[in-house]
Amino acid sequence: MTIFREPDYGTPKRTSSEMVTLVIDGDSVTVPAGTSVMRAAELAGTRIPKLCATDSLEPFGSCRLCLVEIEGRRGYPASCTTPVEAGMVVRTQSAKLAELRRGVMELYISDHPLDCLTCSANGNCELQDMAGVVGLREVRYGMEGRNHFDKASAVAPDVSNPYFAYDPAKCIVCNRCVRACEEIQGTFALTISGRGFDSRVAAGTNQPFLESECVSCGACVQACPTATLMEKSVIQMGQAEKSLITTCAYCGVGCSFKAEVKGNEVVRMVPHKDGKANMGHSCVKGRFAWGYATHPDRITTPMIRNTIDEPWRKVSWEEAINHAANEFRAIQAKYGRGAVGGITSSRCTNEETYLVQKLVRAAFGNNNVDTCARVCHSPTGYGLKQTLGESAGTQTFESVLQADVVMVIGANPTEGHPVFGSLLKRRLREGAKLIVIDPRSIELVKTPHVQADYHLKLMPGTNVAIANALAHVIVTEGLANEAFVAERCEDAAFRQWKEFVSRPENAPEATAAITGVPAEAVRGAARLYATAGNGAIYYGLGVTEHSQGSTMVMAIANLAMVTGNVGRMGVGVNPLRGQNNVQGSCDMGSFPHELPGYRHVSDSTTRGLFEAAWGVSIDPEPGLRIPNMFEAALDGSFLGIYIEGEDIAQSDPNTQHVEAALRRMECVVVQDIFLNETAKYAHVFLPGASFLEKDGTFTNAERRISRVRKVMPPLAGMADWEVTCALSKALGYPMDYAHPSEIMDEIARLTPTFHGVSFDKIDALGSIQWPCNDEAPDGTPIMHVDHFVRGKGRFMLTAYVPTDERANKRYPLLLTTGRILSQYNVGAQTRRTANVVWHAEDRLEIHPHDAEERGIADGDWVGVASRAGDTVLRATVTGRVQPGVVYTTFHFPESGANVITTDNSDWATNCPEYKVTAVQVVKVSQPSDWQQRHRDFSARQQAYLKGQRQPGKDRVDA
Amino acid sequence: MDIDNLVRMANRIGDYFAAYPDQAEAQAAIAKHIQMFWTPQMRRELLACVAQGSEGGETHGLHTLVADAARKHLAQPATTGG
Repeated sequence: MTIFREPDYGTPKRTSSEMVTLVIDGDSVTVPAGTSVMRAAELAGTRIPKLCATDSLEPFGSCRLCLVEIEGRRGYPASCTTPVEAGMVVRTQSAKLAELRRGVMELYISDHPLDCLTCSANGNCELQDMAGVVGLREVRYGMEGRNHFDKASAVAPDVSNPYFAYDPAKCIVCNRCVRACEEIQGTFALTISGRGFDSRVAAGTNQPFLESECVSCGACVQACPTATLMEKSVIQMGQAEKSLITTCAYCGVGCSFKAEVKGNEVVRMVPHKDGKANMGHSCVKGRFAWGYATHPDRITTPMIRNTIDEPWRKVSWEEAINHAANEFRAIQAKYGRGAVGGITSSRCTNEETYLVQKLVRAAFGNNNVDTCARVCHSPTGYGLKQTLGESAGTQTFESVLQADVVMVIGANPTEGHPVFGSLLKRRLREGAKLIVIDPRSIELVKTPHVQADYHLKLMPGTNVAIANALAHVIVTEGLANEAFVAERCEDAAFRQWKEFVSRPENAPEATAAITGVPAEAVRGAARLYATAGNGAIYYGLGVTEHSQGSTMVMAIANLAMVTGNVGRMGVGVNPLRGQNNVQGSCDMGSFPHELPGYRHVSDSTTRGLFEAAWGVSIDPEPGLRIPNMFEAALDGSFLGIYIEGEDIAQSDPNTQHVEAALRRMECVVVQDIFLNETAKYAHVFLPGASFLEKDGTFTNAERRISRVRKVMPPLAGMADWEVTCALSKALGYPMDYAHPSEIMDEIARLTPTFHGVSFDKIDALGSIQWPCNDEAPDGTPIMHVDHFVRGKGRFMLTAYVPTDERANKRYPLLLTTGRILSQYNVGAQTRRTANVVWHAEDRLEIHPHDAEERGIADGDWVGVASRAGDTVLRATVTGRVQPGVVYTTFHFPESGANVITTDNSDWATNCPEYKVTAVQVVKVSQPSDWQQRHRDFSARQQAYLKGQRQPGKDRVDA
Repeated sequence: MDIDNLVRMANRIGDYFAAYPDQAEAQAAIAKHIQMFWTPQMRRELLACVAQGSEGGETHGLHTLVADAARKHLAQPATTGG
């Protein structure tokens, strides 16, 4: 294996129905109209020298190295900025061109240090390459570098960013970094300050990178042709020796990355240009925050203990697995077959989650398996299945580039799904309209060159009222796409829904009192969405994590159907999945009522298929969901659990309730890479593998199945799928696979939407969007094209039912939660990276009016209390939240954000209502009781990890 | 399991389907939802609460629509399984 460098065509691809034929160096070339001469030449196999051009950026024409001769034209036009014309005759090489190019290079090099041998870009430097290509042999203007790097003019490198350095001495002012920040990332953090010889790249207002608005996406570093912007890991380790393509383990965008490695050590992660989810872009997490994989906190030896109040004992894999199996069997013998279960994770591969649910159904003999999608997107699965017929988003990410109006509901793409956020911003800069429905002013509402046309700043918990009001306007103002509905949807259900949304109580004037959103804004937004052309809805956990989460998902599907915005590029219903494999873990049958492919366990045909393949009988009744498991643990009927890659003690609501349930269990087996919060309540710890140690597949929010490829061997010696197989074998149900590809082959055999999927096919195509089968051998980018998966689309009634969680005299504010760019979910990964420089603690955002009323100043410690519990955070006083609403993130366990959230949940799926909790906020001077207990408990558990027992402190409850 | 919690969950399901004007359709949908997503043990406990209510006992606030749906459409599940 060697390092793979993607070809660079110099300028972006153009699409056109008109094809143009020209002649380059005597060869005839045919390309789409609008293509540059440079790209046409490259496509024909002729490389034109270039420095300021790269095919991820629009042409700029500054370096003058790509000059060509065109018959009939005067001078030497830059091939990057010259579009092809029919009949054009181009020469890319001549004595004159060679002389001109050498002259240009001579000027560049006269002000560039000649330290190639000690330069971090040595071996991967475009400037070096071009000097070679043009045959530069002398520099007549001196080599002192008096404008860039001699003593008088040198500016010290900026090393403020933890991941990359900026060395102005090496800059050739090609503007690629500035343009990458603008065109690809859309942050506009960089500029060129000064003129002529004084030109320098400047971040923010001439600030260090870390202090500027730079979001560390790495696009500038990627675009830089020299060592001016360079990864610190490359500076430290040198250029990598080999590379392989894998998939990021963070959010549901599922970016494709090229892992560049030396031996088994990652040098850098570079966004893969041909990755269809990210198209060469990345964010700070995927690009840089992978160091957690080799963090000293990694546990690499299996451990067991009899109770959680004693030190861990390091044991062999065999002993740990046999101990776990014996405990599970003993619990089942004593309390019944249903007294144990398992939880799969969206951080694990499809193959791993498939095996865990198979173990539960076949080896445990029940359906007590659930996944973390329970607490995020389970309403998406339910709502989209009911209305459209399939539990998945309808589009590709690229589809947004054809949207004319985008509605973002309860999502914060620039923070939570940054690479998609950048793509969306690009489309908005091109002129697409934007409607934001969110209680907070998220970045998209107003950011450089983007401003929402409507921001419906509703009160938390009133999504359904807003959606009904939008539908009311569309229906009563005659904006419905009657032809689409008549052809594609169930008539009776539509008529019933139409009558329902037309009622006066759903008019924006009536809902304004509930939502706090003025009627005129709702009317304007509805008209815009219904009439602006292609309308696309993107939504996140701000939709699903409500008592009416499933209702809102169905309301969104109703809006898309009534306007005919389903079944083609540029439209659709797009859930932005929180974690990388939320879609996949759901697809793989991780829910207690469904076998892989979303087929109910009561369906005897499907059950028969799996029973025949697995050689067991499968329980036809649904098993326990995660919240049900806690309840059952507390009543003594559920006492053993196998948790792979999930941290329920931190991520699930009402922490104290979860902790009590875990404490009640007799055998908690945690398979993870760190001693997470849940593992502190475990009796068996099985060391897991990070994504860099895995072979398998992830499925992103577009239903795109991508390969995860092993970059280094599992640190603990066993891959996660091997651990599950070993546990199953110890339970008396051997599962024999030689490689994860065989697991996918089994999934494909048993799941109609996956019939055509195999590792070989993914390798050949790069990635595949399911359904992939005989009808769609290369996958299905856009769903519901000619008809809905369920046949006719079904409108569902969506009456607004207020949540029980309401502000009152005792708890007058509404708390809503979210995430931030630099941290991820429970933070187990990102907290163990330099990303903490951007976010080292969770803060409580509070409106200045509410803060003033309580005597709270920015940075004060404040107590946040709900009916579930209380915690203490520092306050950030900001107008981003509206009066009456407070907001926090949940990336740090000691913050105890979920100590406050309640067990209120979605009516259909029990997805917790994280987004609405009635709270009071007061200024305090010390941590909460829970935080003090948690600190003691965590210290004790850390000591147990080292095998220590502290005398006189045998038991500390959290 | 905590019966108050089960009743709260059942009532929320009822609240959703109450929007359907045809009461019989709503009841069938409520029962189907519970059948599809609740374990047999949870259903048994709900049915016990319904039976208790029918005999004039404590209903824990179970809405009539849900109680009727359970009575009409939810069969007593077998005692095996979770």
